[in-house]
Amino acid sequence: MSIKFTPDHEWIKTGADGVATVGITVHAQDALGDVVFVDLPEVGKHYAEKDVAGVVESVKAAADVYMPVDGEIVEVNEALRDEPALANTDPLNTGWFFKVKLSKPAQLDALMDSTAYDELVKNS
Amino acid sequence: MSAELHKTPLHALHVELGAKMVPFGGYDMPVQYKEGILAEHKYTRAAAGLFDVSHMGQVRLVGADAAAALETIVPVDVIDLPVLKQRYALFTNAQGGILDDLMITRREHDLFVVVNAGCKVQDIAHMQATIGQRCEVIPMPERALLALQGPQAVTALSRLNPEVAKLTFMTGGHFKLDGIDTFLTRSGYTGEDGFEISVHENDAVALARKLLAQPEVKPIGLGARDTLRLEAGLCLYGHDIDTGTTPVEGALTWAIQKVRRAGGARAGGYPGAAIVDQQLAAGAQRKRVGLISTERMPVREGAKVVDANGAEIGVVTSGSLGPSVNQPVALAYLGAAHTAVGTPVFALVRDKRVAMTVAAMPFSPHRYFRG
Repeated sequence: MSIKFTPDHEWIKTGADGVATVGITVHAQDALGDVVFVDLPEVGKHYAEKDVAGVVESVKAAADVYMPVDGEIVEVNEALRDEPALANTDPLNTGWFFKVKLSKPAQLDALMDSTAYDELVKNS
Repeated sequence: MSAELHKTPLHALHVELGAKMVPFGGYDMPVQYKEGILAEHKYTRAAAGLFDVSHMGQVRLVGADAAAALETIVPVDVIDLPVLKQRYALFTNAQGGILDDLMITRREHDLFVVVNAGCKVQDIAHMQATIGQRCEVIPMPERALLALQGPQAVTALSRLNPEVAKLTFMTGGHFKLDGIDTFLTRSGYTGEDGFEISVHENDAVALARKLLAQPEVKPIGLGARDTLRLEAGLCLYGHDIDTGTTPVEGALTWAIQKVRRAGGARAGGYPGAAIVDQQLAAGAQRKRVGLISTERMPVREGAKVVDANGAEIGVVTSGSLGPSVNQPVALAYLGAAHTAVGTPVFALVRDKRVAMTVAAMPFSPHRYFRG
């Protein structure tokens, strides 16, 4: 399973069957502070890369969550809806936001790997 | 070109404690420390939180005529405020709008005034221009201000001077805290029991460290200060009250003592009095109310409020998830017809309608120490 990152601080992990999992990064949740609410995308709906797929809200502010790639939402994390704090405590695993069936897997090539993303965060 | 942010005497301490610093009221202030806003908020309601509020303005008014002079710019009884008692007040303008909210304490030799950081410069100029000929208006930039709030604040503070436990809500005095001179009042901005402590800037860090050394005390940032005051139903100037809101619209008539209302011995005599008295008699067209939601989505400042038919009836002026009540809470101005507790309304957030109910304030019960 490979992990890629967007400049908007989302991560995307590709699984076997062309389905990828998307969440927000450690840096993103640290910048946001305590997450109190998440607005997740509609299952079955198709979104294009960079569409606003959802919203993540902290005590102080709301931030858009963008689609890293084109695809159809196949599952959303109901546990996160019930316990938004998972986005803070475990952003890369149980704090995942949604799963997407990729319609253009080649889009992943344009995203950053861990090293490039760490550089971005370091220089921000 | 950005103006440089001011620093309070505790700035280095905040950084040392791992605070996330943000600009507020022209100052570089801690919005949270490592634990985060939710934990800091809940901790304050359970134990004792220490806040640096040194960015606020402290001023003393000196002279035999100071109280009478101050009454010409606030709709509040100052003349009969007993020694060492504190009172909430408002500066008003000619339209009855609010220029700032403030705290006044009568001390033996002066009136001690605390104003908001964002209005500090204007408030001092306002006092100097309106009453500066009748009394001395003396800003105190050399003073820091610390707030210790929560049910265990008195336990912690009593170790530094047991006499503070004798104070009741909205009273104050000069107390040495482990040898450090302070003037403090039993009051605050959280709805909890607690103290606001004025100390010379040279002693501020030492006092803060002594307080943080108490087992009950943790440092708390401005983020939690905002969620605490919101749950307590308290206004934030510039958001819930401003020059466009009167004290009647703002549901702050409790702050206007009878003696200053029409028919009282010292009625009127402050800017906008005629408008305020008219609204006290006839009611205002709109009123500040509390709103609470059973859904999860926070409703924030600026959200429009509509009735069941979708007609606009008001706007939210403050809102957040309330960490203690565990529901979204908000303050809003609604048309008078919609202000009864229990009225169902909807807040518009992005493209959604969030069901809310007009609720009695405070959302979290006040726990002031009345003796």
